[in-house]
Amino acid sequence: MAAVTGFRRSRRVKVQVFRIVVFGVAAIFFLVPIFAMLEFSTRSGANFTSPRTLTFWKQIFDYPDLVAAITASLQLAAITSIAMLVLLVPTMVWVRLRLRRISRIIEFICLLPLTIPAIVLVVGFFPMYQWMGNNFSDSILTLAFAYLILVLPYCYRALDAGLGAIDVKTLTEAARSLGAGWFTVMWRVIMPNISNAVLNAIFLSVALVLGEYTIANNLLYNNLQVEIAQLGRANAGVSIAVAVAALLFAFALLLVLGFLGRTRRQAEEKLILTYAREMGRSV
Amino acid sequence: MTNEANGAARQGVEVRLENLHRRYGTIVALDDLSLTLAPGELVALLGPSGCGKTTALRLVAGLEDADGGRVVFGGNDVTALPTNRRDVGMVFQAYSLFPHMVAWENVAFGLQMRKVNPEERKKTALEMLELVGLARFANRYASQLSGGQQQRVALARALAIRPQVLLLDEPLSALDAKVRSRLRDEIRRIQLEVGITTLFVTHDQEEALAIADRVGVMQAGRLEQLGPPTQVYSRPATPFVADFVGLTNRLDGNVKSGAVEVRGVSLPLVRPDVADGPATALVRPEAVSVAAEGEAMDGPLVGTVIAVAFLGAVSRVTVDLGDVRVLAQMPTSAASQHPAGTRVRLDLRPDPVLIQREETAPAGA
Repeated sequence: MAAVTGFRRSRRVKVQVFRIVVFGVAAIFFLVPIFAMLEFSTRSGANFTSPRTLTFWKQIFDYPDLVAAITASLQLAAITSIAMLVLLVPTMVWVRLRLRRISRIIEFICLLPLTIPAIVLVVGFFPMYQWMGNNFSDSILTLAFAYLILVLPYCYRALDAGLGAIDVKTLTEAARSLGAGWFTVMWRVIMPNISNAVLNAIFLSVALVLGEYTIANNLLYNNLQVEIAQLGRANAGVSIAVAVAALLFAFALLLVLGFLGRTRRQAEEKLILTYAREMGRSV
Repeated sequence: MTNEANGAARQGVEVRLENLHRRYGTIVALDDLSLTLAPGELVALLGPSGCGKTTALRLVAGLEDADGGRVVFGGNDVTALPTNRRDVGMVFQAYSLFPHMVAWENVAFGLQMRKVNPEERKKTALEMLELVGLARFANRYASQLSGGQQQRVALARALAIRPQVLLLDEPLSALDAKVRSRLRDEIRRIQLEVGITTLFVTHDQEEALAIADRVGVMQAGRLEQLGPPTQVYSRPATPFVADFVGLTNRLDGNVKSGAVEVRGVSLPLVRPDVADGPATALVRPEAVSVAAEGEAMDGPLVGTVIAVAFLGAVSRVTVDLGDVRVLAQMPTSAASQHPAGTRVRLDLRPDPVLIQREETAPAGA
């Protein structure tokens, strides 16, 4: 018996050590380049002995094109996220309610962009953007149409997992029978119950849009990544500072989303604990 | 629950289903179904899976569109109205509480849709939870309630909006037997207290017979019989109803002059106007008893007890007559005198019976 317990403990320790090692290696893999970028963008010279400076970070605002690109990318991230939610959530709910038979087709269409390289997408987009530029608008914000297609597969998967976790049909029918219109059903019943999935989808959209280079560059728009690449040739320090800032922004966003999810879970757990205590007393 | 909350607005209305027709591809789910529910009446639609009972309820709720026919609430044709404007309260088979709202918020949801002020809707929600005996669970989420409690909150939520019609779509089928029986009685109590016209769909005959004013037995999209529970049970209109509601012995017999002779016993017919000739008589187990000891052990109704099923106050005895097995239901004290292996002679009580003929399924019915 003691031998079995000892074997189990030793196995548990080994698994724990393995986890720590994997986590450590992954952390080094991700953090070292970021640390190097941070170092590079905060030193006045090319080596570790050079004095610290925030010159490159301050210079970000001296490049109006860069500021415009940052603003445009943030706007694109917001527009893409909202458009993605407006397009996908009602469609996916409707398919679950009324058009089950075409769910596979919708899934196929949504996942299709994943299989098409960005450069091929650009070839397809080019004539449309040419037409749009001549007849509608050549604003960088029109990139949102292309980005909407780009984020579809990731957001579809995130939202599909969220919708799969609830009984959409019954909840919708219950709300309808109580007098709710379709907008109320979406806003007051479906959305709150897939909020984690929505947050995940938004995060994926923002991360993809902020990191997108190929489509913008080939369609001749200057978004954040294109501007960083161009700036890298003129002023590598500022370019790296902006890249680090973008990474930190995505990281902060992830933290905020994680915090929101945890707060809700903790609130639920607290209620369940209260319930369990009351039940214990009544027993 | 205050009397105010049970006010006149809650009194039931007449509900008419007129020639409702619904087809899914080549399958006819509802075949010209017509049914009228009197104000404040509870009608249970009973039938096997796929008989169209849930489809009928969903057409009344407006959750599906009819291919033909009308739904009329209190003289108003609501067939073209969407669900959210039909003024129905509905309890579903699946748990349907909104997971992100606590119990009282769930109950208040419908009132909010009707723009009732926040104070009034909280007050009404708590009254409704009181009505179903769950006021102390008002701040619990669905995940913190048992299945039975969730269905009671769903009932309170459906009633809170003071609907014209209450629709219950197998609300007890996900619950265990004890909770189901208790909640069934509670639904009936509340329905009577509130006086709302109610359509209850179930595949459980015991449930339907126990709480309904009238039971409608459905098969293949049509109503086979509609009547009070006692009538449906004791005077089934068709062999299907006799088979589906309760247990039935099928005994070969011969129709002659408005009665059927089964193994030497003449039994009156539910509908005597049928042609003479061979037929199968449908005899309830409770119409079969074991003859007293000392009687002659010969004749076509003598056989061997092969099983005794204890059901509480009554037991069901299976007797093998050689060519057919017959079920007899009797008090457990009587059944205990005839253990398996005993030779017994059966008696048939001369209750009116239905007959069935092979060439025309509902013949004589």
